[in-house]
Amino acid sequence: MSRITSAQKIAAAKAEGRPALIAYLPAGFPDAATTIEAAVAVAENGVDIIEIGIPYSDPVMDGEVIQQATTAALADGFKVNQIFEIIQGITSRCDAAVMVMTYWNPVLRMGVDEFSRRFAEAGGAGLITPDLVPDEAGEWLEASAKYDLERVFLVAPSSSAQRVEMTVAASSGFVYCVSVMGVTGARSEVSSAAQGVVAAAHAAGAEYACVGLGVSKREHVEEIGAYADGVIVGTALVAALRDGGVPAVGALAAELSGSARA
Amino acid sequence: MSTSDGSLKNASGPYFGQYGGRWMPESLMAAMDELTRTFEDAKNDPDFIAEVRELNKNYSGRPSLLTEAKRFGEQFCGGARIFLKREDLNHTGSHKINNVLGQALLAKRMGKTRIIAETGAGQHGVASATAAALMGMECVVYMGAEDTRRQALNVARMELLGATVIPVTVGSQTLKDAINEALRDWVANVDSTHYLLGTAAGGHPFPALVRYFHQVIGDEAREQILEQAGRLPDAVTACVGGGSNAIGIFHGFLDDAGVEIYGFEAGGDGVDTERTAATITLGRPGVLHGAKSYLMQDEDGQTVESHSISAGLDYPGVGPEHAYLADIGRVHYEAITDTEAMDAFRALCRTEGILPAIESAHALAGTIKVAGRKIAAGAKPQDVVIVVSLSGRGDKDVHTAAEWFGLLDDAQDQAADAQEGK
Ligand SMILES: Cc1ncc(COP(=O)(O)O)c(C=O)c1O
Repeated sequence: MSRITSAQKIAAAKAEGRPALIAYLPAGFPDAATTIEAAVAVAENGVDIIEIGIPYSDPVMDGEVIQQATTAALADGFKVNQIFEIIQGITSRCDAAVMVMTYWNPVLRMGVDEFSRRFAEAGGAGLITPDLVPDEAGEWLEASAKYDLERVFLVAPSSSAQRVEMTVAASSGFVYCVSVMGVTGARSEVSSAAQGVVAAAHAAGAEYACVGLGVSKREHVEEIGAYADGVIVGTALVAALRDGGVPAVGALAAELSGSARA
Repeated sequence: MSTSDGSLKNASGPYFGQYGGRWMPESLMAAMDELTRTFEDAKNDPDFIAEVRELNKNYSGRPSLLTEAKRFGEQFCGGARIFLKREDLNHTGSHKINNVLGQALLAKRMGKTRIIAETGAGQHGVASATAAALMGMECVVYMGAEDTRRQALNVARMELLGATVIPVTVGSQTLKDAINEALRDWVANVDSTHYLLGTAAGGHPFPALVRYFHQVIGDEAREQILEQAGRLPDAVTACVGGGSNAIGIFHGFLDDAGVEIYGFEAGGDGVDTERTAATITLGRPGVLHGAKSYLMQDEDGQTVESHSISAGLDYPGVGPEHAYLADIGRVHYEAITDTEAMDAFRALCRTEGILPAIESAHALAGTIKVAGRKIAAGAKPQDVVIVVSLSGRGDKDVHTAAEWFGLLDDAQDQAADAQEGK
């Protein structure tokens, strides 16, 4: 099976003259089967790339909504092993690129090589690593090359030019541009810092730069889409899933992608 | 890591063998770089060094005493000579002040006006609030909601000192979650704010930086024991939570090959139970709060909650330099149970008139064992010399100890609970 990569999906969106839409959903919230259903629902409603988050005991980059969801998943007994079935379940049912967003210790614990191998076998495209910087990523650079996985590192408004350059060079697929100095969470406006971060990433040679943190509305997607290659939505979708289940998350994806029919 | 001349002293990081580094979000890298630069500059600035010395001397009350615990040595250590490094006599009652004064000065140097800190029992929070008050800075302390209830008096102390205490209600609501919450605050406010980490853990440069401000413990102790005993000790002991008092005193003796060094972790109910905080004894390498080190984690890499009667040792991680010193065998790490620690606590109270912090009582319990082994192996008791880091005083622990020893009858219990706001 040839895996669908995030770069392919971003290129396809670009060809249609729009930014790629990237959706974050936490694994095992409220349960593994629903994670798959929710992912398929967003893919059917205009989402190009799905990020499945691995629940972790110490999620320092997450705000309250995502923390509560992942804490609930852990309390319900989520196991890292389940991530592979979830990825497989999604990739077998839709043609979105499927990534995993994970804090690094769970991967380290399983073994970077083993995790990468099983993830690739399940059809996953690559990993987004919020608390792993390229400086510490030796093992991951090796494993991602071996299993042909995309490496999505983050750049922030505070990143020096030198660090942006280093991070872009280490990344593949796309570069995750953090829109704001802060943690995940829906915000009413998207920080103006985002545009500068994207410009810095492009200037450093990033083919694709996508923006995340704080995006919750269609107008944000349009605004960011004017300068970025993709737009990442997390908290708003998690809140929709929490409050209205799979139909609500599908409806929000449709609205965000502009595919909702009036 | 050892330098080319084989010295273990002044290890600069970022790595200590395979441990240490910066396993943390990119958003914080600029702040960590700025802190590293500021620290490296300050270390070489005579004015900064003089300022730290002056505060240590005329504010904290350094040098702290080295007191020979004769009756404790005779009655509990088979007659070995035990010397206590009296960090309990520092202003605010523990070694924590050494680090907060130094870091607060660094924060000022960086032009930051706001300090944030995590705290478990409240010792580091109180010390941070103290430094912030002294230097006219805003201070916010994150504390697990459960701990704010158990340590209501320390919450009041911090508030009296002008700090804001924020109860952390997410995750397990303990010290590790307080650190997570402080990190989230830092990401959002990094321009104005310095995160004053309270132990020798975290991403680079924190382990080396926190050690630097605590090295004074070991430097003084080495000089004092040479003067009082006329020679280097056979062993140096300390309790290990994140490892700051321990690395501070160890540093003075790391290059003295004849000095055995022991770190005592909190064993809780015992290392064969689930209620323990013996990170090096039971943990395996992983990353948490910015550093690779030993970590109490499950088979999925999720952090496991720790348990100890001592809030200051109740942490599932440990500083990376300790992980390295354990691996190369320079320092021996062992676990002490709650019961062993509390027996040693009472022993010191009764023989020396010194109420130790329960954290420090772990070092005392370990010292009793080390002395016993040396004598059992044939050493003449009066020839055995051990220096113990008495990292803090036990005033904060009176309620816990009184409960442990059943000194509170029901009425007193209720009164104390009411006072603590339970
Ligand atoms: C008196 C005392 N000793 C020891 C510790 C443990 O910290 P560390 O291992 O960093 O010295 C604490 C922490 O609160 C403490 O208050």
